[in-house]
Amino acid sequence: MKKKFWFTGWCFVLPGFAGVLVFYLIPFLDVVRRSFYNAVGKQFCGISNYRTVFSNEAFWLAAGNTAKFLAVCLPLLLALSFAAALLLQRAGRLASLLKSACLVPLAVPAASVVLIWKLVFDYHGMLNGVLNGIGLNAGRDWMNTEAAFGVLVFSYIWKNLGYDVVLWLAGLTSVPETIYEAARMDGAGAMACFFSITLPCIRPISFTIIVISLLNSFKVFREAWMVAGNYPQESIYLLQHLFNNWFRDLAVDKMSAGAVVLSAVILLLIGTLQKSWKV
Amino acid sequence: MRKKKSDPICILVLFLPAVLAVAPLVFLATGSFMDTQEIRDYIGPVLSGSEGFAVWRLFPVWPTLVNVVELFLDSPEFFQMFWNSMKITAGILAGQLVFGMPAAWGLARYEFPGKKAVWFSYIVLMMMPFQVTMLSEYLVLDKLGLSDTLLAVILPGMFLTFPPFLMYRFFCGIPSSLIEAARVDGAGELMVFIRIGIPVGSSGIISALVLQFLECQSMVEQPLTFLKTKRLWPLSLYLPEVDLSRSGFALCASFVALIPALFAFLYGQDYLEQGIVASAIKE
Repeated sequence: MKKKFWFTGWCFVLPGFAGVLVFYLIPFLDVVRRSFYNAVGKQFCGISNYRTVFSNEAFWLAAGNTAKFLAVCLPLLLALSFAAALLLQRAGRLASLLKSACLVPLAVPAASVVLIWKLVFDYHGMLNGVLNGIGLNAGRDWMNTEAAFGVLVFSYIWKNLGYDVVLWLAGLTSVPETIYEAARMDGAGAMACFFSITLPCIRPISFTIIVISLLNSFKVFREAWMVAGNYPQESIYLLQHLFNNWFRDLAVDKMSAGAVVLSAVILLLIGTLQKSWKV
Repeated sequence: MRKKKSDPICILVLFLPAVLAVAPLVFLATGSFMDTQEIRDYIGPVLSGSEGFAVWRLFPVWPTLVNVVELFLDSPEFFQMFWNSMKITAGILAGQLVFGMPAAWGLARYEFPGKKAVWFSYIVLMMMPFQVTMLSEYLVLDKLGLSDTLLAVILPGMFLTFPPFLMYRFFCGIPSSLIEAARVDGAGELMVFIRIGIPVGSSGIISALVLQFLECQSMVEQPLTFLKTKRLWPLSLYLPEVDLSRSGFALCASFVALIPALFAFLYGQDYLEQGIVASAIKE
């Protein structure tokens, strides 16, 4: 039983929570206030900052790209990592070694792979070399054409596959073996077991995995920024780039309205997901 | 328990992602021991735009320490930034231990008025990407006169809410009977935390620290936003600036930069996995 001793509880929580208040919560409320004031923060201007943001071409480009990126990379990552987890369950003694290998990218700082990405995806790079070698004359400049989007998706999946595989494996092993045994006794085949036992059982955790993958997707900016700088190829100009550029211009009005919109969209997205998942 | 069978086809299919995952590491390690001339032979097409494509070898033809020597003896700026990275990491982790850990304990083990609101704000903040809070963080740091100092990166990092969230999960898993027994024996609340909470929840604490360590080592957004002076930059901002024509040096620097994270990964892999699992599943 938890002890109803609220003074002690607050003593433990307060130092940490005070920092959270000072560095995150209170200033964010200030940003919400600023989003309704002009850039200097003196004059109330209603929703005109929001109008500026929503009529900004770069905003729609970045928002569109970010949405497209999420729509492509999230299902892809979830499917690939789920498949890898299912395969790992059948990999026997080598499973833990293969799993460790998939986790390595998590430990590699983004800055260390930049050089390699540059060498692989250059027009004269290794990827084109390999494609050429197997007879596909599909030589293209990966970083400076629409193909940059593909590079970004690859980069995200490379980084996050291991994380998601570990999560799926945890979900899969949490299904009690006895359920499978009982089903097999009743004559259920492997397919029936998978669709009637495995999938329903891992449904709750799949929600969390989606949310975590969504949150991690924002960090893809690191690789994108380090390989391509502040103004990358148009197809990978993300909201993160936009915010970064607004910040360098000290566009406080746009940034504050943008931050409010972005936080609202994320909460809404996760909330809707939670509703539709019924968890 | 079902006997673990190994299916060769599964292993074969999994080989591809495993190799792709480890390849950059091998690539950097090999490159660190090649001299610039040899590297130029391989990646010449990328450097000069000449015909053909870049290639690579698994082992250097003439292994050399020339890059390592240059890095360790001849490039003070690399070390300056290496230490900046380390200071940022150490500061943030220490702050998490001093502030985040007790907060997690308080939330996991006590009922108090306002607890729901505190918990809710931790969860919501955990879900916000840096871009949402960058302006607000900047405004505070500016007001405190901390912008363009290492503290500008360290202080907000000390109060990130993800590590306490992870520790909370593990603290909740400690059996109440253990704590009640200590109280019956006359231990004060602080003693219970130090003598039972920390040792029994240690795997959760280490998990959170390992994940946070890796995160700090590849931090880009915060230093990019809050640090203008180059002298204060961590390695993550310095590496992309190294010119590709000094390729041997660049590869070696990239490799040395990932060594701390690699060690944390190798020694803390079990904790890392526990931490990942705890981020998604309630015990």
